[in-house]
Amino acid sequence: MTDTIDRSNTADHDRVLDHLVVRFAGDSGDGMQLTGDRFTSVSASFGNDLSTLPDFPAEIRAPAGTVNGVSAFQVNIADHEITTPGDDPNVLVAMNAAALKADLHRLQPGGTLIINEDSFGERDLEKAGYVTEYGPNSEPINPLEDDSLNGYRVLRVPMTTLTKQVCEPLGIKPRDAERSKNFFALGLVSWMYTRPVEPTEEWIGKKFAKNKQVAAANKAAFRAGFNFGETTEAVGHRYEVRPATLPAGTYTSITGNTALSWGLVAAGQLAKLPITLGSYPITPASDILHELSKHKQFGIRTVQAEDEIAAVGVALGASFAGHLGITTTSGPGVALKSETISLAIAIELPMLIIDIQRGGPSTGLPTKTEASDLNLALYGRHGESPLPVIASYSPAHCFHAAIEAARIALKYRTPVILLSDGYLANGSEPWKLPDVGSLPDISVPFTTEPNHVTADGTEDFWPYLRDPETLARPWAIPGTPGLMHRVGGLEKADGTGNIDYTPENHEHMTELRAAKVAAVAADIPPTEVSGDLDADVLVLGWGSTWAAIDAAVQRRRRAGVKVAKAHITHLSPLPPDLGDLLRRYERVILPELNRGQLAHHLRGTYLIDITSVSKVQGLPFKSREIEDAIDTAVTNLSDDQRGATS
Amino acid sequence: MSTEQVAVTTKKDWTSSQEVRWCPGCGDYGILLAVQQLMPELGVAPENTVFVSGIGCSSRFPYYMNTYGMHSIHGRAPAIATGVATARPDLDVWVITGDGDGLSIGGNHLIHALRRNVNLNILLFNNRIYGLTKGQYSPTSEVGKVTKSTPMGSVDAPFNPLSVALGAEASFVARTHDLDRKHMQETFKAAHAHQGASFVEIYQNCNVFNDGQFDGVTKKASRDEMMIDLAHGEPILFGNENQRGVMQGTDGFLHIVEVADVGLDRILVHDEKNEHPSLAFALARLNSDDHSPTPFGVFRNIERAEYTKSVSDQVLAASEANGPGDLNTLLASNGTWTVN
Repeated sequence: MTDTIDRSNTADHDRVLDHLVVRFAGDSGDGMQLTGDRFTSVSASFGNDLSTLPDFPAEIRAPAGTVNGVSAFQVNIADHEITTPGDDPNVLVAMNAAALKADLHRLQPGGTLIINEDSFGERDLEKAGYVTEYGPNSEPINPLEDDSLNGYRVLRVPMTTLTKQVCEPLGIKPRDAERSKNFFALGLVSWMYTRPVEPTEEWIGKKFAKNKQVAAANKAAFRAGFNFGETTEAVGHRYEVRPATLPAGTYTSITGNTALSWGLVAAGQLAKLPITLGSYPITPASDILHELSKHKQFGIRTVQAEDEIAAVGVALGASFAGHLGITTTSGPGVALKSETISLAIAIELPMLIIDIQRGGPSTGLPTKTEASDLNLALYGRHGESPLPVIASYSPAHCFHAAIEAARIALKYRTPVILLSDGYLANGSEPWKLPDVGSLPDISVPFTTEPNHVTADGTEDFWPYLRDPETLARPWAIPGTPGLMHRVGGLEKADGTGNIDYTPENHEHMTELRAAKVAAVAADIPPTEVSGDLDADVLVLGWGSTWAAIDAAVQRRRRAGVKVAKAHITHLSPLPPDLGDLLRRYERVILPELNRGQLAHHLRGTYLIDITSVSKVQGLPFKSREIEDAIDTAVTNLSDDQRGATS
Repeated sequence: MSTEQVAVTTKKDWTSSQEVRWCPGCGDYGILLAVQQLMPELGVAPENTVFVSGIGCSSRFPYYMNTYGMHSIHGRAPAIATGVATARPDLDVWVITGDGDGLSIGGNHLIHALRRNVNLNILLFNNRIYGLTKGQYSPTSEVGKVTKSTPMGSVDAPFNPLSVALGAEASFVARTHDLDRKHMQETFKAAHAHQGASFVEIYQNCNVFNDGQFDGVTKKASRDEMMIDLAHGEPILFGNENQRGVMQGTDGFLHIVEVADVGLDRILVHDEKNEHPSLAFALARLNSDDHSPTPFGVFRNIERAEYTKSVSDQVLAASEANGPGDLNTLLASNGTWTVN
């Protein structure tokens, strides 16, 4: 980012930055996620707005010291509202040679490099691939000794040595002490960017309460790093990022997976229903299983099933029995669950399928983000099997998206797919806590009485006798006397629910199932457009691209470019006003972390052109990439298109 | 299960209005009748009973029971039933499956339901053939079986359903057959009384695609010589005059012997409560094929922690320890700060 403002004018005054992007990079075993997380928490409670991007390998411990084993955590902190983790870090903390090798290209020109110079021995350099050539004749090349870092402000610190030194009087063995070097780095960065010290020291005490020696080592290393900044002239000035002026309220720092989990807990409360979660561990969705397993006092039952198919089966069985049945997974799991989701469509029961998308196909990039399951969500079932699909767009929005998914599922008695992705799942942002009392009541009544009278005057129960408005069928749960009924995958007669293979009935039921999903559109609020409403170019988005689109549109507008944006949450059915809205613009740009799946869908639905902007690198968009697409679109407008938007 | 007084019911109360659509002469009719007749004896209410099935001929079963029911998808009934039972431990949940549904496409769910000891009554109709798809061999078909998909004979080694169940740590394992309503009802009753996963294999005749598969054992003329009735605490004897029996040899294996040759006190006394499954396993594998003496009855019936109760206990324990869930507390649980 280029709009960092150095507001200092005197040498002894702390310098003020409007934002700062720090990337902590090290070996998978170096505790970079913990370090980044801690820097984030301190900044959040200090009052900065922020956004984070954890970026770690699929292997738990890839070979130590190699580029493949590098784990990084990027955080953007600001004194104003921001949405992205920043395109290019201002500061890169490289705990070893491999981290420098892997991430140097991300650092902005002239940026600050904080290097643990103890991890640049010959073996370290070889493992990191800093060699003249591969093979028997290769010689290590030390980037600290040539001119390759000339364009940066380099701070070489013997972090491992200094950490061992401060731990020695505590009686901690050097090998154990070495593990605290990430806290040295955190201490140094905390000094350089004027982060409060006490919360982290307090946190270390609590986090490592069970192992006093580790707590002592971490505290000593943290303090040593901080003092190193204060006493070593080479470190230079301190910088400050002042609190942002966020709307008044109580805030917490939240990741998408935690927000989604809490949204599910809230959905159960708002629906007045117990929750049963069927889930099978899969990256990056497992944290939802972990989180929900911690909150049993809300009447939540979690079943770690034998496989993905069983997990969705458990959810559907629970829904049949009167719970809010939920299953959480990622793309490969959705593929396996497909047959059961179709059964849920046929037997018209509420159920939530949560897909935390990752790079595919197959195992693909398990720890990296992608939004390429949209087609799977929209179309990935046998038969004519429509269902509602919604997508969350920010970590905090996952909370509300979960409630919305549950609301639709319950009201219309249908399975609903909620799409999130790896970036939202692990990324975090400050979240202004909602007023719990203002959350919607999404409860629906169970049917407890017969709903039909036969010709001879006896009352009976028709499981497929529908609500004329929502087309939802009655939900009568086991335990209800007199309403015993059977559901199943065989085609049912509308009304009675008896098996019915007649041609007219199947066509009628097929149309009904589609009409029921289409009816959800009535609940979708008008699509919000922001920016220059009269622009010729609209940037449309869905899912986690929201952050990069927001930043890009803001910056192009500051640069004098007229551009509008809209972001949709409901992907099936689409918002009823979307077609007309898109037709108002000369050019619609649609950035997606896939090869243009929504663009394709919208072209087919509305018969209008859409400029797809695609990225499939396992990483979120940089704002700059979307800015470029906006500029290209504006430049390419013909003269008669320019200013034609009414 | 509810402790409340349950209204007295009759077979009619358990019979749905749906026309039964199995082939005439199918063994499934006998099983359906046995269940519908038995249900009033169990002291439970139709509205608190759920039948879940997969796909296959046997899986049509729930449509004919006037209870709550789901005819689900191929192989998945144990998983779906686990969801029903976990959400609602107050319900009586039955799983109806077959040799293809339960042991082929759904084998994984079956073994895990048994391992977890979910309170389900699982009835596996074993006819050693795929009936609904018109006659392919199944995972319980014998090697060499000639079917539409094995014109030169099957080369697959079959499963022994009881061995699978015992290997999966099942706490209740039994075998019965479709020609003996009383034996079926006694077996189902014991399965229902058992807290945990109950697995019952039912030898069932498919008179269209595999007629007479079990005649060598279950037909009246064969029974005396071929059926071994297991009774808990009794020596394992069979034959028209109980002249034969099962003995555990010094080699540890089970042998069929003439009682006169070894003496009654050498005959194995059946112990369905034995914690160790090895004797039940040996009994389950006593018959090498459908033309050799075959044990029927309850092989294993032990008590161990039941899954849905354990899950409910944790929900209760969490509520007691933390109080009922409160959303405001949850949202503030990761630490908060205030912006004025």
